[in-house]
Amino acid sequence: MQDMKLDGNAIGGLLREIFAMEMTTAVGTCAHCGAVNEVGRVAVYIHAPGTVVRCPDCEQVLMRVVRGKGRYWVDLTGVRCLELAEPEV
Amino acid sequence: MGFVSRGFKGRRRDTASSSRVPPGQYVVTDFPVLSAGPTPRVNLDQWTFTIEGEIDEPRRWTWKEFQALPAETVTKDIHCVTKWSKLDTTWKGVSVDALMEGVETAADFTTVFSDGGYTTNLALDDITGGKAWVVYEFDGQPLHPEHGGPVRFLVPHLYFWKSAKWVRGIRLQKDEHPGFWESNGYHVRGDPWREQRYWGD
Repeated sequence: MQDMKLDGNAIGGLLREIFAMEMTTAVGTCAHCGAVNEVGRVAVYIHAPGTVVRCPDCEQVLMRVVRGKGRYWVDLTGVRCLELAEPEV
Repeated sequence: MGFVSRGFKGRRRDTASSSRVPPGQYVVTDFPVLSAGPTPRVNLDQWTFTIEGEIDEPRRWTWKEFQALPAETVTKDIHCVTKWSKLDTTWKGVSVDALMEGVETAADFTTVFSDGGYTTNLALDDITGGKAWVVYEFDGQPLHPEHGGPVRFLVPHLYFWKSAKWVRGIRLQKDEHPGFWESNGYHVRGDPWREQRYWGD
């Protein structure tokens, strides 16, 4: 069955707009199952009213991003911790 | 050389010119698939539809019982918040009025919930009075899983994210609890004729 699932590289551009840094190499902890995954490896659904990012292990929602009217709405409640590299100076 | 044309600007989108197309929408003839997650595998032997919450005894139907309920076939225009509209779509299913017949409730609000965890909030007034159905056929065929089969919600007068795919029940509530999209930027009601797309619209 077709699932329209993409990987985290599909949201590299979107997350860079929001966080103003490379995010696909950031590492997130799933708030539901505790799995630790690089953002580039997560499951992404973009054919929807917003972007839905799911844990590749338990399929629960990690992030939701809605863009409209020149604004972003970002829900990160599914990510317990986000670990990212400090930008090189 | 002579005559210079003004240039063809591309096919004009069918927008508000039609009285059937809400502002900012264009008409499609295909049926785009939108999904916030994986398509659930639904075992019809274990499938139930439930009305719960502000009700004395929850009402629950098995697949067989649900199929035995009086069905209606309705033809409606649908409007997705991603700006496509599809006219004259035909669905078969059970009206929410039939499911709610005889129910006494203190609820003014509902949450419609689905397999996979999707939810959407709807005022009770928006799903009763001949305005919403729980449907299992599209265009004379069993509803395909990618379009929400075996059973999806249909509330065509609101943006189509309210017509939850893979629906499993209705929770009756005294208070409004914004759903999956409504809690993250999308409008709590979503009337396409008022272009209620986002928070603050």
